[in-house]
Amino acid sequence: MSPNITDLRLGEDLLKRGFAKMTKGGVVMDVTTAEQARIAEAAGAVAVMALERVPADIRAAGGVARMADPNKIKEIMETVSIPVMAKVRIGHISEAYTLASLGVDMLDESEVLTPADPFFHINKKELKIPVVCGARNLGEAVRRIFEGAAMIRTKGEAGTGNIVEAVRHMRVMNEGIKMVKSLTSDDLKKVASTMSDSYRIVRREISSQFFGDQKVLGDDDLFYGKSGKQIEAELYQILDQIKKQGRLPLVNFAAGGVATPADGALMMKLGADGVFVGSGIFKSPDPPEMAKAVVEAVENYEDYQIIGTVSQGLTGMNGLDIDQMPKDMRLQERGW
Amino acid sequence: MKVGVIGFQGDVAEHVEILYKLKEERKRDIEPVLVKSRRMLSEVSALILPGGESTTIYKLIKEYDIYWDIIRRAKNGMPVMGTCAGLILVSKNAKDERVRGMDLIDITIRRNAYGRQANSFYENIKVNSIGNIIAIFIRAPIIESVGDAEVMATYDNQPIMVRNQYILGMTFHPELSGDTRIHDYFLSMVGREGYTSSGKREWYVSDIA
Repeated sequence: MSPNITDLRLGEDLLKRGFAKMTKGGVVMDVTTAEQARIAEAAGAVAVMALERVPADIRAAGGVARMADPNKIKEIMETVSIPVMAKVRIGHISEAYTLASLGVDMLDESEVLTPADPFFHINKKELKIPVVCGARNLGEAVRRIFEGAAMIRTKGEAGTGNIVEAVRHMRVMNEGIKMVKSLTSDDLKKVASTMSDSYRIVRREISSQFFGDQKVLGDDDLFYGKSGKQIEAELYQILDQIKKQGRLPLVNFAAGGVATPADGALMMKLGADGVFVGSGIFKSPDPPEMAKAVVEAVENYEDYQIIGTVSQGLTGMNGLDIDQMPKDMRLQERGW
Repeated sequence: MKVGVIGFQGDVAEHVEILYKLKEERKRDIEPVLVKSRRMLSEVSALILPGGESTTIYKLIKEYDIYWDIIRRAKNGMPVMGTCAGLILVSKNAKDERVRGMDLIDITIRRNAYGRQANSFYENIKVNSIGNIIAIFIRAPIIESVGDAEVMATYDNQPIMVRNQYILGMTFHPELSGDTRIHDYFLSMVGREGYTSSGKREWYVSDIA
């Protein structure tokens, strides 16, 4: 009758995914000062993301964006009682462990910062704290889950105040899940094999250097001791779980372009479990009101009267047209 | 019988899923519903306050005037279960002006008392009247003191699960383990006509400020 710990799928995983579940239906806000963190908490944010600059300013500044100053993160942790998250560069293992040692509650392996590893994302299974990762499509999501992500979010296009890419990624993800549900297990094995391909990139580069062709040299130890076959098998298991559950097997938020209460509600309507707001709050003219309004719209995303009421008199941040943006300015292209 | 789960924020779906499991597997005659307004609250016979961010849930139930209605209904005998953040909300004193407890059960709470997420843990715990369960603690609070309430489980010599006549609460998350026994126990606190099995109505609306 009483359940065994081993019956609970990987205890550590349960704690990490459990943490993510506690944020469901909520809004995570980017903050750069203790004062902003206090505003976010008072507005009803479920967590804050401690940063040196919001994505719009990172985009404007250019150059290399790295993890925030530990002092800044500590100051924010001391100010609020809600969880504090921090962004780590894609593949930057050392930043990840450093941030974890500061006591942050969750990491965001984020394309908003400049990637540190051209081949691999962090092996998140080894970290004791949960990590959220961005994804543009089901393949990226499945690979991040395989690597140990406890939560997924759409990438969208951060710092633009333009919701179109977040919507694109959520639609593409949902469509991918719909397809997976209709596929046979043989087909799913093929999908797993295709999805495993990005773990062979560095190996292929070596093959090319050594023998002048891209035929992959060996299948052993492609990612933290795991062979290509093992990776494919694990990706298949995740896909099979998605097929059975009809959704990602963990919490899936929306991010990247949320600038108004209605934007937040739209992402919930499309199936997001919650919303990250980066620049949308503290780049708007009235941050406390915007923060409160986005929270209320997300919690009541199908109550249009409430959304209408909270939207009154609010102005969103200045937005950017993504179609006019050169490809190398698009943060979503980072990660694979 | 409608069993409500406060549906703004937190692991609402996990509670609902357990309630459906009880409905199907144990043939409990219940209909799980999400509660986001006073009207929805008025229709339920029992209420669950889920895990999540207590500051967020507190703010929203205050904003939508559900807070005082929960207190009124509970003091009139509607059973309420609170898990983690939910326990903070039903407590007498949460020692934090960001979250004012509803004073439905005589306990004092300290939020996030085990530390941050890295200190989250799970443990095999013996619960009185229920048996051994896996308790999952996520940024859990500590029950610092218990007045007029029964302690149903302890960990490290500290109470982690308490009840009085109508209120059941725990610092951990029974909704995350897939185990239905704690929810089943809670439903057994609901008697006919939606009141507790003892049938007594000890408080009235006029009793509270």
